[in-house]
Amino acid sequence: MTPMLIDLSAPAGITLALLPEIVLTGWALILLLVIGWRHGDPDHHRWAGGFTLVGLLVALGTVLWLWRAGATPDGLPLMIALDGFRWATAAIFLIGGIAAVLLAQGYLGRERILVPEFYALVLFAMVGMLLMGGAADLIVVFLGLELMSLSVYVLAGIKRRSPQSAEAALKYFLLGAFASGFLLYGIALLYGATGTTNLQAIALQLADSEIVGRPMLALGAGMLLVGFGFKVSAVPFHMWAPDVYDGAPTPVTAYMAAAVKAAGFAALVRVALTALGDATAAWQTTVWWLAVLTMVVGNLVALAQRRLKRMLAYSSIAHAGYLLVAVAAATTQGGSAFLFYAFAYTLMTVGAFAVLAAVGRDGESDLLIDDFNGLAERRPWLSFALAVFMLSLLGFPGTAGFIGKWLILAAAVDAGQATLAVMVVGASVLSAGYYLPVIMAMYMKPSERAEVAEGARLARGGRLVVAAAAVVLLLFGVWPNRALDVARDSGRQLAVPGVIIGLPR
Amino acid sequence: MPPVIEWVWLVVALPLAGFAANGLLSLVQPSAKRAVSAIGVGTVAAAFVVTLAIVRGLAGAHASDPFVVTLWQWIPLGDLRVAVAFQVDQLSAVMLLVVTGVGLLIHVFSVGYMRADDGYARYFAYLNLFVFFMLVLVLGANFPILFVGWEGVGLCSYLLIGFWFDVKANADAGKKAFLMNRIGDAGFLIAMFFIFQATGSLAFDEVFARAPRVFAIGGPTITAIALFLFLGCTGKSAQIPLYTWLPDAMAGPTPVSALIHAATMVTAGVYLIARTNVLFAMAPIAGAVVATVGAVTALWAATIALKQWDIKKVLAYSTVSQLGYMFLGVGVGAIASGMFHLVTHAFFKALLFLGAGSVIHALHHAYHATHRHEDAQDMRNMGGLRRWMPWTASVMWLATLAIAGVPGFSGFFSKDEVLAMTFAKGHEHVLFYGLWAVGAVAALLTAFYMTRLMLYTFHGPNRTGAAEQGHVHEAPWVMTGPLVILAALSVVGGVLNLPEVLPQSGWLHHWLEPVTAAGDFFRPDTHLSHGTEWALLGLATVIAGLGIAAAWRFLTPADLKPAAEAPAETGLQKLLLRKWYVDEIYDTLIVRPLVWLSDVVLWRRVDAGAIDSVGVNGSARVARGLGVIGSWLQTGHVGTYVFFFVVGALLLLRAATRF
Repeated sequence: MTPMLIDLSAPAGITLALLPEIVLTGWALILLLVIGWRHGDPDHHRWAGGFTLVGLLVALGTVLWLWRAGATPDGLPLMIALDGFRWATAAIFLIGGIAAVLLAQGYLGRERILVPEFYALVLFAMVGMLLMGGAADLIVVFLGLELMSLSVYVLAGIKRRSPQSAEAALKYFLLGAFASGFLLYGIALLYGATGTTNLQAIALQLADSEIVGRPMLALGAGMLLVGFGFKVSAVPFHMWAPDVYDGAPTPVTAYMAAAVKAAGFAALVRVALTALGDATAAWQTTVWWLAVLTMVVGNLVALAQRRLKRMLAYSSIAHAGYLLVAVAAATTQGGSAFLFYAFAYTLMTVGAFAVLAAVGRDGESDLLIDDFNGLAERRPWLSFALAVFMLSLLGFPGTAGFIGKWLILAAAVDAGQATLAVMVVGASVLSAGYYLPVIMAMYMKPSERAEVAEGARLARGGRLVVAAAAVVLLLFGVWPNRALDVARDSGRQLAVPGVIIGLPR
Repeated sequence: MPPVIEWVWLVVALPLAGFAANGLLSLVQPSAKRAVSAIGVGTVAAAFVVTLAIVRGLAGAHASDPFVVTLWQWIPLGDLRVAVAFQVDQLSAVMLLVVTGVGLLIHVFSVGYMRADDGYARYFAYLNLFVFFMLVLVLGANFPILFVGWEGVGLCSYLLIGFWFDVKANADAGKKAFLMNRIGDAGFLIAMFFIFQATGSLAFDEVFARAPRVFAIGGPTITAIALFLFLGCTGKSAQIPLYTWLPDAMAGPTPVSALIHAATMVTAGVYLIARTNVLFAMAPIAGAVVATVGAVTALWAATIALKQWDIKKVLAYSTVSQLGYMFLGVGVGAIASGMFHLVTHAFFKALLFLGAGSVIHALHHAYHATHRHEDAQDMRNMGGLRRWMPWTASVMWLATLAIAGVPGFSGFFSKDEVLAMTFAKGHEHVLFYGLWAVGAVAALLTAFYMTRLMLYTFHGPNRTGAAEQGHVHEAPWVMTGPLVILAALSVVGGVLNLPEVLPQSGWLHHWLEPVTAAGDFFRPDTHLSHGTEWALLGLATVIAGLGIAAAWRFLTPADLKPAAEAPAETGLQKLLLRKWYVDEIYDTLIVRPLVWLSDVVLWRRVDAGAIDSVGVNGSARVARGLGVIGSWLQTGHVGTYVFFFVVGALLLLRAATRF
């Protein structure tokens, strides 16, 4: 297949290259315009949800089209990348977003959160994520990150009447602003060290060993890590996560735990591998420690949780640790492992939160694991799906979670990080201590609160999310070949091609 | 490769499809017995037809190398590459014909035999699954695929022995078979590890081609490999010391005994040695061990068969004994002779089991009609049945003459060939004369116990009971039909491989030559003069005649009493009836100490006492405690969070800048 060459210096070319982002932005603006007049009744709300869904699907369509057409930049990508990694991450975020919107449609109505702006914020956040996954320049990374974060701050507090939700949003905003400062400062220092903010140009500068040795570079990389560490909830920058995940409405939590976190990682992987691939000494050790701390603390504290939503919050921190292991490998193989794992992780997290939303009420934060006792008798399919999600999160063979974890282990071992691989396995053993009790409760304990099972309701959208996630996780657990190939090819494209003529300064 | 051989996957896929369909029916519509019969018999019949076409194509190709059909790569893992591949050659062709051909007849018989059973669909699903795995076993082109079939037939054997699992004894018999086979399978696995380590491959063609380069003839590695493989064979094919599961396996439906525990599965060990004959040829000591174990098992099991009252138990021990002959054959390097006896045995032993099934079927119905709970398998409750079951009686007599080795019948030629080849090997070592003598004595006992079985079952006065006699009937045609076909094969099967002194001799021998040639290369040529061969044939005739005559002369069916009134046995008779107390000895020496070790030491002390309390629960408590401490830090105050954030950031930056 001949690749589709896109000239990024021409307006037509840049439009084509940014087509998914443009589609989403346009969609969001139209949505805002319409709900300015029509926001009073549940019908309008339903319409907004449907309209957003269509927008996300169209964007997904454009992503897949550009991907299949093999869009390639004609020259050096200055602001936005055109490669498999961008399309793969975009597809993952969009799938996460579609799932969150499907969940939200039934959920917001049930919880009486009739704020149609919700959907516009989801769309804006999505634009930010796509930019983060596709950034070819640190400035675009920052723009995308802020666009996403600002939208998500509001989303976390969208349930205005709930003090918990408001507190969560405020905490998130305060700490997020703090972290953004670190990130921006890191970008400035990197610019100071290399004289450019373009990722590939930085990489070419770093071919010069004198620059690699500059303390300014190391300090800049460290600052960037702090900023990204916050976004992906790596220990010790994780402390906001349990409170925010707990306080936010469950579809938002799912969106944050899956897509937002994956977007933070996508930008981190891009910056680390593409720009700083030659300066691994500046960041590999720190990422190594972040990964270990995140895995250990996330899993240990999750063990002590009795409420499912909070347990899932810590589980999401623990998974950030596994993904950091893929980054710590510092190879494109690690990038591929990240892609596959992020895909599987998005599905299983969204699925688990969807089941939680179905069973619980009023924000679900008071739902104990014991409340799931005997659920399998009354709701066999729902229980089966949750069991699949739990096993996949655990990394049990036969599920996509297993394949993902295996890829991460392989990447770590091939990069000579055997200790880290052992830590992943040890941490996974710990995680069995809180994933399996959920399954045990559903299948092996007598039912105590019949009303939990009776009251479990999933709207059509939620049902679709749960069923599709479970099926895909099982499918890719036994037949991952196609997805593995895609992940491998996309990860490889993170490496900077050898020679580029005409460096911009 | 002839194009028809590419279709070999179909032979395997058909019974698998039958299993899937019948398995589904057994779950959703178990009463659809017509559909079940059509699917169960039809798929095996179709597989048989495809097999015929493939064998025809193979015969036309006159190939000296096997045809390997690779379907897909199964385990590509570093240096280890295992493909799902089927091997069509002269040896697998013989097995294919036996498995699908005899299998088809037994499927047809089962339609009549199992007609009234509630688990009809489940039965046929298992039976089809068995045929599938057996075909995988004989077609596999590498050790792992063969092993998949090997384990699969073991699974089906377990499922079918315990088919009527609501009786605990049946379920126990299934478990016993499964567990004893595990011992053998461990040997098989170890052999595979050795083979891979030495040759770097597990595919038959590569292993056999590399073997002469990597192994020293008679060296320790190759001997160990051959002996471990043979350990696997003793489990699957019920040889000393792992034979005790087979008689218990008679708890399953009788057609299962005919198919799995006589004609096909239990011969898998013989097939394995034939398949790996190159390895065994390079390990003469292992070959001698195989031959010795085979000969001793033949005699040992024959002595036990002398005194059994259960008609199926007699046949079970007879099977163990006949399998011993096959191992004697392949052990002395006469691969074709061992395979020849395997084929003829499949005919006459399947016939004997099915005939016994027909008798049991009749008696069972008779007792059922009169509501008496007597043992329908005990020969003391039979007698004189030839009056009501003339077909069954006649065909079983033919099979008896075949197994006893009466000249002209198939068993005469195959058994004589095994013994003659053993005798011929006596030039090399005197041990083989001894093995020949053991085999000859076992042949005498064979003739005796088979005649005893026939006398007690079909002759003399009837002991079933006056009321029951009116209810004893000949089986329907779906059951007698297969019996007649098998009877014809039992009679004329000998022409497959006539002795050298006769015209048209050694057909099977020549057919298998491409498979056995590589192994024959390592073996000294053994040859018998025509005079010796005639003498051995004459002796075999005398032995068969002597055994039958002795039984006829010394046993008096008229003196027997029905099982319920029979006096207890004493002395040697009791020793034989209780099977030399081998089960009891195993129980005392192995099972009980093992159970004690597992129960008291490993479970209560090590597992519950140390691992569970300290290791598992202790570490869990520590981890949970650490988690609780971690959640205390989660105060909810933004100030705390910022504190940790800043401390973390400072540490991180410190670490980042100190390289």
